Amino acid sequence: MEKALRKWFPVFVLPTLAAFIVGFIWPFLQALYLSFCKFTTVDNASWAGFGNYIKALTDDTFSYSFLFTVAFVIVATVLINGIAFMLALVLTRSIRGTNIFRTVFFLPNLIGGIVLGYIWNILINALLSKFALPLIALNTTAGFWGLVVMLCWQQIGYMMIIYIAGLQNVPPELLEASQIDGANRLQTLLRVKLPMVMPSITICLFLTITNCFKLFDQNLSLTGGAPGHDTEMLALNIYNTFYARSGPQWKGIGQAKAVIFSILVVGIALFQLRATRSKEVQQ
Amino acid sequence: MKKQASGLIWTIILSVVSALYLYPIIMVLLNSLKKESAITTAGAFTAPTAETFAGLENYVSALTSQGFGKSLFYSLFITISSVALILLCCSMCAWYISRVNNLLSRMMYLLCAFSMVVPFQMVMFTLSQTADRFRLFFIRFNNPYTICFIYLGFGAGLAVFMFTGFMRSVPIEIEEAAMIDGCSPLQTYFRVVFPILRPTMISVGILETMWVWNDYLLPTLVLDIKKYRTIPMLIQYFRGSYGTVEMGAMMASIMLTVIPVVIIYILGQKHIIKGVLAGAVKG
Repeated sequence: MEKALRKWFPVFVLPTLAAFIVGFIWPFLQALYLSFCKFTTVDNASWAGFGNYIKALTDDTFSYSFLFTVAFVIVATVLINGIAFMLALVLTRSIRGTNIFRTVFFLPNLIGGIVLGYIWNILINALLSKFALPLIALNTTAGFWGLVVMLCWQQIGYMMIIYIAGLQNVPPELLEASQIDGANRLQTLLRVKLPMVMPSITICLFLTITNCFKLFDQNLSLTGGAPGHDTEMLALNIYNTFYARSGPQWKGIGQAKAVIFSILVVGIALFQLRATRSKEVQQ
Repeated sequence: MKKQASGLIWTIILSVVSALYLYPIIMVLLNSLKKESAITTAGAFTAPTAETFAGLENYVSALTSQGFGKSLFYSLFITISSVALILLCCSMCAWYISRVNNLLSRMMYLLCAFSMVVPFQMVMFTLSQTADRFRLFFIRFNNPYTICFIYLGFGAGLAVFMFTGFMRSVPIEIEEAAMIDGCSPLQTYFRVVFPILRPTMISVGILETMWVWNDYLLPTLVLDIKKYRTIPMLIQYFRGSYGTVEMGAMMASIMLTVIPVVIIYILGQKHIIKGVLAGAVKG
């Protein structure tokens, strides 16, 4: 069968492969090359060595947005996973209306980033003006916490669904056995449920960390980075370096920033992969 | 008795939390029913009164404005055809990858997994340049439809990864039997493999639909923004433009993009949650 199928390569693989090369592989290689060049379009590139990387790393807005993003990632990851796990614990008990609650909490996940940011922009500005505080475009603190609350609203339902699936996979015999052995609720949670849902926890942590790192649409539509560059996360910083700054050097610097950003994200992903692999061996 | 009481308390608590959770959407809904002059930053929390109630006026003006109708059409068209293309081409490609064991198959699989992790900012600039070049070269391709090809390339990562993962767990014997009975690979694919893949198709289809429908940055960079705007582009464009924005029509537009998503979600809830869960566990 393998031989027969092999001849059909142009029908089965070629369309996807062609699109994949045009859409991803070629732009990726070109981008990698251009990060070492000075350019304004892809045609006028001249070799610049590591100059772009040095300028990118010494760019104050970049290091600021890196720190801002890290702070955001930590706060958002803890809040989202904490709340989602608690909700999952409550919703796996026999409570009337569980399905309706799950439906409601998952709903915001389906709304796109731009619309989401706009909805929260209206809500947060209304709240701020009630308390006579400066609006979100002039208010860094509100911008940071606005982003956190908005992302919690969007992601909690998603993570909750994964945790619920994990908790439902805990074998009931184990829970019964621990009850017979005299474990109280807290002990059952910490000693039985938590170790059993560890795979779900790793998945959720990974998903929230990468989602938060890559956040772009919501950042653009909620705060747009304002005031100044104060609420600008890494992805938006890169975008602005490309398209909002004039001067021939910025495109190269933006591309170098994008490479650094990619290495960061891929690094986290590889770390995650190893963490899950080692857990699988233990089980 | 005690258990029932605590269950009731949880139901009440969760009902309140759910109501709060839905509030941002309800707030926009209420504002979209107000008269233009009554929509203010600070007054976003007040429900429309008899004086400020505008009925469906805002919805009519949003729907009849040239921009929204067109954008709705582009968004629908691009989403449906891209997802159809992704499902067909990637499942064919994945079948080949899982059944033919050569270097190309292994490379494709690895690159697809890799492309899921790399942030879009990495290829953003070079991709938009490639698309521009493509448009200039084939002038008659200056239309909003060629973007489907790019979506095929970008969506291939997740789709091929998930389909291949599933195909590897399917025994090869049925396909071999079909081939021995005289089916060509194409017939085998449509008569045997396609039906087996259906549940995975639904999962992948949902994930890709959510992504393409809500995507903002890729169409912004690839499409001719003056002529063709998808719905997320339209909303961001209106906010960014100077001068007076018709807030009522904006709110109505937001609701018009959220309502179909909510209806589809309520109808296909089981599939959607299953699809998202499958994507999370594999990714």
